[in-house]
Formats: sequence, structure tokens, C-alpha cells
Amino acid sequence: MSPSAGLRPTVRIVPCLDVRDGRVVKGVRFRELVDAGDPVELAARYAADGADELCLLDISATLRGREPDTALVSRVRTVLNVPLLVGGGVRSQTQARALFDAGADKVALNSAAVVNPGLIDALAARYGCQSVVLALDARRSPRTGSGFEHVARSGSEDTARDAVDFAAEAERRGVGEVIATSVDRDGTGAGFELELLAALRAALRVPLIASGGGRSTSDFVAAAKAGADALLAASLFHFGRQTVSGLKTALARRGVSLRPLDKQGERP
Amino acid sequence: MSVDVYVLDTGAANLASMVAALRRADARPTVGLDAERAKDARAVVLPGVGAFGPAAAQLQRSGLDDVLRRRIERDAPTLAVCLGLQLLGRASAESRGARGIGAFDLRAERFSSGVRTPHLGWSPIRAEPNCELLDSGWAAFAHSYRLTEAPVGWTAAWCERGERFIAALERGAVLACQFHPELSGDLGARLLARWLERAARSVSPTCPKQGAVVRAAGGVR
Repeated sequence: MSPSAGLRPTVRIVPCLDVRDGRVVKGVRFRELVDAGDPVELAARYAADGADELCLLDISATLRGREPDTALVSRVRTVLNVPLLVGGGVRSQTQARALFDAGADKVALNSAAVVNPGLIDALAARYGCQSVVLALDARRSPRTGSGFEHVARSGSEDTARDAVDFAAEAERRGVGEVIATSVDRDGTGAGFELELLAALRAALRVPLIASGGGRSTSDFVAAAKAGADALLAASLFHFGRQTVSGLKTALARRGVSLRPLDKQGERP
Repeated sequence: MSVDVYVLDTGAANLASMVAALRRADARPTVGLDAERAKDARAVVLPGVGAFGPAAAQLQRSGLDDVLRRRIERDAPTLAVCLGLQLLGRASAESRGARGIGAFDLRAERFSSGVRTPHLGWSPIRAEPNCELLDSGWAAFAHSYRLTEAPVGWTAAWCERGERFIAALERGAVLACQFHPELSGDLGARLLARWLERAARSVSPTCPKQGAVVRAAGGVR
């Protein structure tokens, strides 16, 4: 047990469903998207297999200027008995409200946090900081102090903002959690961007979700060691390289503190 | 038996998660903010995301603070979740000056410094041996404030994060959870099922015979 045992909750495993036009899709570095299945079916399967939380990202809402897909959130909610984090295209309080009403437990802001940072303050005041998440897409860049630059609009627009400064500002405004996605690593299976995680961990107090590049058990162990409170993966699970329960079993063997797989009568 | 449950819409987020979980447990949830309905309902849920001050003010405006205090006094089936548990107390450090329902005389305080907040995610809980509804296991939390003692007459489940705090309280058919049973996987589903079973067995909050007379008289009130 680490000295901080008890201070941090167990590390969460968070499968992520990137959804476009009602289907789960996944690509490499946000490009070359291929179909990966039905969101409701995958949500139910991952939850039953031990997912600690589910992330649902509408990856086309911002780019196409569309409203977030609340009907899909409702359908996933019906089957899902673990926390649901929803993001993609959230630009207003009204849209956030609609997502909460449809069944989101937490709403993630990405592009809107750049255009309208006051939205974070407003949502945190109304729903509490634990319900408001920053979805931070970052890529390596020599232009910023931390070496990482924040990228908006599904990875299509460099903002020239230092990713770590940007996350720190979002925390001050009231986000209760940050999903740190490495655009360089996303979908590559090359491992999480550990330097980004360490820089964010040093700068932030709120929980951190590592995202982008996780494939081997060692990748996940390393991200937890770098300070991630939750580990997100998509391609790994969608394309059958690993199951949620398989990953959790492997991580537990490596000493990562996790919620054990749910079995009737299990005791902590 | 499928139980009718009145879920209070206090303007907090994640009502839909609670409604979906109740449906999975074969209950019949309806959502609203009507004090009369909450008074007469067989089972009431006070869900819980949001900030203490606005939620407490909302309960006072709608007259629900009195209704909930009376339901709890007579152990009528009532489930309070997360902020809902804190609202049963007297006050919270989150919103100075705001008054809770006062079902017990405790004040929610922020986690001690050094404990990362919000406490987001799964932690193990341990139910005291004489709990009738609560069970030990893993539960999903999302909060920054907590109680560190159990009120007299209540039975508790505890969680530990550097310090011991209340994971849940029960007394009769009243259940108050700091964690989210609706998001706590199988443990949450089993707990909701036990609470609903208990609610189905309990006597209707308004005397059933009196209720029948009122209905026969065409709802004179």
C-alpha cells in the first residue's frame, strides 16, 4: 500500500465511447474513424464487465454545430448503473441542463471552455464542481512553457494556450475533474503521455483522467503512478485487444488499487 | 410489488440516473416538487447533486423541508442521496447561513486539507453489524463535504479516506447515503431493492383507511 492509501479513492477504469451519428467510432489521432459498435450495447457490456464509469463523447457535435444527442444519453442511462460522463458540443447552460436531464452525471466541456470560460463558473455554481469536467485535448508543442498546447474543436484547432495553464484556470473556475487527452497518442497504443499527466498532476488538485494511447498493462500502471485517478481507454476495449475485467485483473496483480470486480457478497 | 416513488426535483442534476435506477429495480418513479404529494407518497427520494444553499432554499420555498422532517420523524420510507443526506442535517460549511431540514443536529464540513477533493469515484464502505438495509462493499461517491459522526438513534455505514466519515445512515425505512446508490453497480442495486421492499411493507404514511375515505369522498381536501 502506498503512503497515500485511503486519501485517494481507487483508480477508476473508464471505457470511452466516441460517438458519431449514433454509432461508436474510433480512429487514430482523431482521424480515420472506423465503426466500433452500438453505444447502448457497449455501455451495458462494459459496465457488466467491471467498468467503474463510462465516458460518452459526441465527437461530431462541435464540428457540425449540432446539439448534443440527448436521446442517446437517455438510452445509455437506462442500462447503465455506474457514473456517466458526457461531453461533446456543450456550449450553453441549456445544453448542459438537457444532458443532465437525460442522465449524465457529469458534463465535460472542451471547445466551449475556450470561447466562453464563464460557462464553467455558471455550471459549477449550479450543479457543483463534481459535475463539471474539463475535456482537455493537448499536443506536444515547443511554443508553450509546459511543452503542451491546448487543442480545440476535436483536435482541429491549435489555441496556442499552454495546456497546463489552461487546465489550472479551468480548475480555478470550478471544474471538479480533468480528462487529459494526448492528441499525439490517441488511438496509437503508444502509451499514455506521462509527461503531460505529471505536469497536470503537479499543477492541479482535482482528479485527473488519463486518456490517449493506453494499450499494455504497463501503460496503465505508469499512468496511475504519474498521478492519474482514472484511466480511460477506447480502442483497446472496442477492438477486443483487452476486456475491462482482464485489464482490472492484470492491474490488481501489479499492485494498482482498484474496485474489485463486482461479485455477489464481495467484501472490501 | 412495484412501489410508487416520488422523486423530488430540487433542480439538482442527475435525477435521470435515480429514475433509471428505480425503474431497473421495478419501482414506479414520478418526478415533482409538490409538498402534498411528498407528504402522502409511499416512498420519497431526495436526490442529491448541487450546492447546499440553493437546494435548502428550494426545499423551504416549496414547503418540503417540513414534509421531509415529519416523514423522517415517523420513519416513513425516505431516501436521501449525497447532498440529500447533508440537507437532513442542520447546516453545511458549503453554504454559511443556509439552514438544513434539521432531522438531526449535525453540520456537514469540508474534507480535511490533504484529502483530494472532490472525493470522486469508488471507495469501500463498511456497514455496522446491526444495519438492516446497508451492506459492506464498494460504492460510488462524488462530494467534497461530509459528516464525521452518526446522529443518536441511527445506524451507519462508514468510509475512510485519511479520516473516517459517514457513508450512509439508516433508521427504520429512512435511508440517507453519502454515496450514490443509483450509480454504485450491484451494491447500489441491491440496496435500492432492499429499501423498496421495506417501503412496500411499511404502512402508508397517511392512514390507509383515511386515504380510502378521502378518495371515496371525491378527494375533498
